[in-house]
Amino acid sequence: MITKPLIKMEKVSKKFPNVIALDNVDFSLIKGEIHALLGENGAGKTTLMKILFGMLKPDSGTIYINGKKVNITSPRDAMQHKIGMVHQHFMLVDSLTVLENIALSYEKKPIIDYNEIEKKIKEISERYNFYVDPKSKIWQLSVGEQQKVEIIKALCGDVDVLILDEPTSVLTPIEVEELFKALNAMRKQGKSIIFITHKLDEAISISDRITVLRKGKVVGVVKPSEVTKSDLVKMMVGREIAEMINKDKYKSNENNIPLVEVENLVVFNDRGLVAVNGASFVLYPGEILGIAGITGNGQRELAEALIGARRVSHGKIKILGINTTNKKTRDIIKLGVSYIPEDRIRFGILPNLSVTENLLLTNYDDPRFSRKLTVNYHSFRNVALNLIKEFNIVTPNLQTPAKFLSGGNLQKLLIARSAVKEPKLIIVSNPTSGLDVATVALVHEWLIRMKKKNVGIILISEDLEEIIKLSDKIIVLKEGKITGNFVGEAKITEVATAMTTKVST
Amino acid sequence: MRVKLEKRVQISKYEIIAVRIASIVLALLSIGLLFIVSGIDPFYAYSVILSGVFGSTFGISEVIVKSIPIGLCSLGLSLAYTAKVWNIGSDGQLIMGAIFATWVALFSNFPQVLILPSMFLAGFIGGLVWATVPAFLKSKYNVNEVIVTLMMNYISLNLLDYLLSGPWRGHGVFNYPITDEFPKFARLPSIPGTRIHYPTLILLILLTFLILFVMNRTKFGLEIKAMGDNLEAARISGIDTFKNSLIVMMISGGLAGIAGVGEAAGIQYRLIRNISPGYGYSAIIPAWIGGFNPVVVLVASLFVSALFVGGNIAKVSLGLSYGLINVFNGVILIFLISSEYLVGYRVRIEWT
Repeated sequence: MITKPLIKMEKVSKKFPNVIALDNVDFSLIKGEIHALLGENGAGKTTLMKILFGMLKPDSGTIYINGKKVNITSPRDAMQHKIGMVHQHFMLVDSLTVLENIALSYEKKPIIDYNEIEKKIKEISERYNFYVDPKSKIWQLSVGEQQKVEIIKALCGDVDVLILDEPTSVLTPIEVEELFKALNAMRKQGKSIIFITHKLDEAISISDRITVLRKGKVVGVVKPSEVTKSDLVKMMVGREIAEMINKDKYKSNENNIPLVEVENLVVFNDRGLVAVNGASFVLYPGEILGIAGITGNGQRELAEALIGARRVSHGKIKILGINTTNKKTRDIIKLGVSYIPEDRIRFGILPNLSVTENLLLTNYDDPRFSRKLTVNYHSFRNVALNLIKEFNIVTPNLQTPAKFLSGGNLQKLLIARSAVKEPKLIIVSNPTSGLDVATVALVHEWLIRMKKKNVGIILISEDLEEIIKLSDKIIVLKEGKITGNFVGEAKITEVATAMTTKVST
Repeated sequence: MRVKLEKRVQISKYEIIAVRIASIVLALLSIGLLFIVSGIDPFYAYSVILSGVFGSTFGISEVIVKSIPIGLCSLGLSLAYTAKVWNIGSDGQLIMGAIFATWVALFSNFPQVLILPSMFLAGFIGGLVWATVPAFLKSKYNVNEVIVTLMMNYISLNLLDYLLSGPWRGHGVFNYPITDEFPKFARLPSIPGTRIHYPTLILLILLTFLILFVMNRTKFGLEIKAMGDNLEAARISGIDTFKNSLIVMMISGGLAGIAGVGEAAGIQYRLIRNISPGYGYSAIIPAWIGGFNPVVVLVASLFVSALFVGGNIAKVSLGLSYGLINVFNGVILIFLISSEYLVGYRVRIEWT
């Protein structure tokens, strides 16, 4: 049966100052389908969808909706054509509540009827099992919860077509399942969904059709039943890629001096509530400790307490045998601790400063390229150039502001930054969220290389598979408490269960 | 035809300068219309203003005279704004600098040779102390510094009023609210025939390059740039954001204080109520135009100071009301600030 496409994009091209983002791309969407847009970072997936959503103007090409040529010049136009989009980097006002954010995008009348909107939010929440407290402020929510807000916001506009840009990159397996259930429900109601992703498994499991993009060109449009995973990898990357796994069997390291000892730690979050509630663990050199858990269960607070960026209210932290509880961040970093934060744009990057200055951020008091008061930019230049080569950071030059780098390159930049000092302890949070296959492999390979150099690693991640693949030991955080403790090989189901156990208080 | 705006990935220095010049030319053309409405031939008006400002030693020297306090305040503001610490209190800090310096000049018993250096030091401390209050409140209790610095301006103005109408009022001044004149050894020397008190000018130039060095070569400079760009990232990297925002605010207050010393000891030779005709507020503009780059900020200060002087000349020679002069200055600044957008974006016109 040949179905007439709901949306058809024909010969769309878009040039950016330095690259051709899209080169004569054709794309079509049928009513009631979930269509995955698969490709690596920089393949043009987001650009194509930003054009459909009216955020970017194509240099050439036409868009048809229901066979009629349309001219979408702004997101407002797109919404009038019943197209909604959830962006990878959320478009929410941090200091406002969920309700206010949603009202902001839909209420046209001068006096806002909050009750009406709240009712609508409730209705959508219930229909798709997507609950968020409308009264919470955005900054209080985890990344996963913020995404729910974005999706609810889009659905409040009564859209027919929902574009989701890398929606699962911030979700836990359980949240992903929830999302997929919601998407299936939407499909049943005749809504069409465009699902931008670089994750093969997801594309295969959820979608009816997959369009694969590579370097701005369409490589093929396939049905998941007709292809294998490795076919898709080849289409996406253009070559085959080996997966990195921590293959060395776990050896007890307990005769060594512990690298990190955490005892009965209690830390509060920004809202003044208990975020970490009596956590204890030990890490030895050369181990990878995976901390699994759904975002917002105390991971960030734990990491920040470890590096002295958040007050510890009870308990004790020892790093390399030294009591570092409530010590200054600077002094803890000096012990050889590197922190690669979650949400790199919010916590890691200096967007308007150069690549060089970003690489220097945690390293400028290294005596190799600084004196007492001054920084020796000249002697750092070569170090920076080597880092760019070693970690394959794609940037026009060292002076380019970081905001012009892609997500994958930003992550490589953060890793390169923490590699300058030969750290003894690496704390890394969601290191591969939103990255393409090739970069994920690079990050994992680096972590294992560091482990082999006897570096201790605390790997905080929402990606359970990543945790299982890489960790020697796993603890599970739930509402700030450790609800699971695994040494050696762990089964994904066991860890997932621990992630959702009820915490008794 | 389609007009497109494209984000610029990189922009050369020459392009930035070209955009700036174009915006000033456009502003002058629009002001020309205002001249016409006021019944004055715009070409005549511009020739009078331009020859007044740049065609005479007096005009040029006055531009330099006014650029000294504006430049000093602006320099300090650039440092604070780089760290995203919004000091709006330069005017009050300038006044405090002048008050502290006046105390040294009139009421201290320091040896004569030490008086001028002590006045600069006291002025620096005066501005610094005044800026410490909002800096501390911001760092410690997260009180908005914009409001506190602004309020402190009024407090200093009232303190000035109190001193001039009471304890510090001069003896031979016929009850005017001014102090006695400073003794000769408490006055700054000027370039003969002008009011340019060159010690302050030299200090301004030295400080410009010192701050350029601090921003681009020191750890502290990198730290405040990082703080200004992403406070959270700076905090997690171990930068002491509390200490640094205190320091930038204090230095920017101190520099404004030095501007106050220059005005009291180099221009007025006494403390008067109108010691600053709003230099501290005007200084915000060059800091922004100059993108917080000290050398560019210095040039921008000369420009803003030329607007001041040009306004005075227009008032006297063309008989325009001072309100209209403010409109002209405003138009030029709006054009300049709007041109900021074109530095980030390129306009492309496609003929189809």
